Amino acid sequence: MTDAITVENVSKRYRIGALRHETMLREALVKLLRNSFRKKEKTDNTILALDNLSFNVEEGGVVGIIGRNGAGKSTLLKVLSKITYPTSGQIKVRGRVASLIEVGTGFHEELTGRENIFLNGSILGMRKKEIVKQLDAIIEFAGVEKFIDTPIKRYSSGMSLRLGFAVAAHMSPDVLFVDEVLAVGDAEFQKKCLSAMDGMRSGGRTVLFVSHNLAAIENLCPRTLWIESGKKQMDGPSREVISSYLKTFAKSHGAGHDLTEVDGRSGSGAVRYTKIEFLNENGEPTSLFRCGDTLRARLHYEAVETVKDPHFVFRIHSEMGVLVSTISTWHSGYYIQSIEPGVGYIDMEIETLYLMPARYYVSLWITSSGSQRFDMLDHCISIDVESSNIYSTGGRGMHSQWGMMFMPTKWSLAERK
Amino acid sequence: MSSISKSGGLEWLFEYRHYRELFFFLVWRDMKIRYKQTLLGVTWAVIQPFFTMIVFTLFFGRMAGIDSEGIPYPIFSYSALLPWTYFSVAVSLSGNSLLANSRLISKVYFPRAIIPSASALSGIVDFAIAYVVLIGMLIYYKISFSWGMLWWIVFLIPLIVLVVSLGMILSALNVKYRDIKYAIPFFIQSLLFISPVIYPTSLVPETFQKYMALNPLTGLINAFRASLLPDRAVEWRSFLISLGVISILFVVAIIYFRKTEKAFADVI
Repeated sequence: MTDAITVENVSKRYRIGALRHETMLREALVKLLRNSFRKKEKTDNTILALDNLSFNVEEGGVVGIIGRNGAGKSTLLKVLSKITYPTSGQIKVRGRVASLIEVGTGFHEELTGRENIFLNGSILGMRKKEIVKQLDAIIEFAGVEKFIDTPIKRYSSGMSLRLGFAVAAHMSPDVLFVDEVLAVGDAEFQKKCLSAMDGMRSGGRTVLFVSHNLAAIENLCPRTLWIESGKKQMDGPSREVISSYLKTFAKSHGAGHDLTEVDGRSGSGAVRYTKIEFLNENGEPTSLFRCGDTLRARLHYEAVETVKDPHFVFRIHSEMGVLVSTISTWHSGYYIQSIEPGVGYIDMEIETLYLMPARYYVSLWITSSGSQRFDMLDHCISIDVESSNIYSTGGRGMHSQWGMMFMPTKWSLAERK
Repeated sequence: MSSISKSGGLEWLFEYRHYRELFFFLVWRDMKIRYKQTLLGVTWAVIQPFFTMIVFTLFFGRMAGIDSEGIPYPIFSYSALLPWTYFSVAVSLSGNSLLANSRLISKVYFPRAIIPSASALSGIVDFAIAYVVLIGMLIYYKISFSWGMLWWIVFLIPLIVLVVSLGMILSALNVKYRDIKYAIPFFIQSLLFISPVIYPTSLVPETFQKYMALNPLTGLINAFRASLLPDRAVEWRSFLISLGVISILFVVAIIYFRKTEKAFADVI
């Protein structure tokens, strides 16, 4: 199996700081004056955007590229697309290349939609014949039939975006590089992009897909490359790589919340929350919550006197303050006879988090029968629920626009005679 | 199969063949948008040289009394203004073209020389339209048509090559040193005065004529002018000197452009 893409020891060094070459005369003069008064300037004003990177992709391989912002993912795509050149190392790419670094490249606002389709298509590497053949399909995909002969300066930004993507969606290159194109646009548009991407990867095409949408990557790419500070951090099956990548987030955000000093607290105080910790399946702290995950929390408390029949309450509110759910030992039928003075903790496990990706606020109470309130912390912490590849649709449909919750459902179409 | 490390040799040229469709699309784009939403549209192609000719005739022809070697001054100046207008507009556009298309350059790959070349070519239609007016003037002044007029098509080629060469050098320089943007109009202005547009070469003392000949526009403009008139012979010697200078410029342009194009996306 021949390799479509070969990257060998590629490095790319960039100068940072003000671009010195804006004016030659002025800069030379200033440098002269400066150097006579100051000691040597630090020559350390370059960064290594790519650091001795090497990997191969076989023909037909679909690889996701993930990493933090500034890790070097976009630089890698630019170097692969020949937009910029490596400082050292070699790159070989086999076949017709198309790069989707942005949608609607080359659009000129004075030209009509139809004219821009030709211009953009040609810029992306399509032949005129191809464009003519696909013209109707492109116009239909973009949904701009009525306005196709109007200059695009009259289009809404959504229409231009759809048009740009429509052209890109009808390319047929051998090798395709996609860079975060799906980050712009509304949810409807992103949905369309994802399904177009899905359609594009069939057909033996080699695809490199840079994105922060981990659910999409997991769904579309069997293999993922994790780039960190310009180096190859990990290269392997998507599930594993993404999992390792996510683990680094939990440690940096701090998964425990100290609840000893909280404003706006009420209740008698006979027993109070001291801390809440969110844990993963191995009992390690985590701050990552994905839809459909099991949410494990450890609620630490301190009692100053004996408390009979306490109930621990965990309330979830939407960002708008709507009460999504009240979870408590009372609801779950878990009875605690009493709590002696001292410290302790209670573990809670929500089997499946049926929440759509969004930010939620949590209120923690300790109460007892007969409206006794020991401790009430309203909206004391927030948790961000992330999208996940629940239905193997690349996280499609997992968005707060579809509601606060999702409910696993089975469908079955009746057969007709 | 493309290898991105050092530059290939002839591979480079084949690329341009592959991208010729894009080249024509860019020329078409530049032509289309040139006069969009203007009142007078394409007539600007004629107005520019024509009115300049009138002003020149009044001031240089009549008042300053420049000898136009027996040709009516309007024809004398207009026949030079045609190629000159094309040259000045095209060099100006081409010299700024890489900066004007900076978004394209940082987002897509294609051989970068397409950009200044496309800008250079987009003025050709204007040239053709202004040429029609020239025909009208010839009729008005009762100058008979001759086969020599067809030479204009041939002479156009070195003129275009000259524009492309200058465009490549200037636009590449412009990416790195933004001074060039301001230097271009000044540069073109100066060229106007050292080229035989307003005055004939014969006005200049013999000793300086050799230096004038080094200006590639001298030989070209004189050739354009002479071929128009049935009783003039084209000065082939100065024309060949022009061709020589243009060829050297072209080679310099290609070398310089290739050397600097890899860094465009980083610097632009």
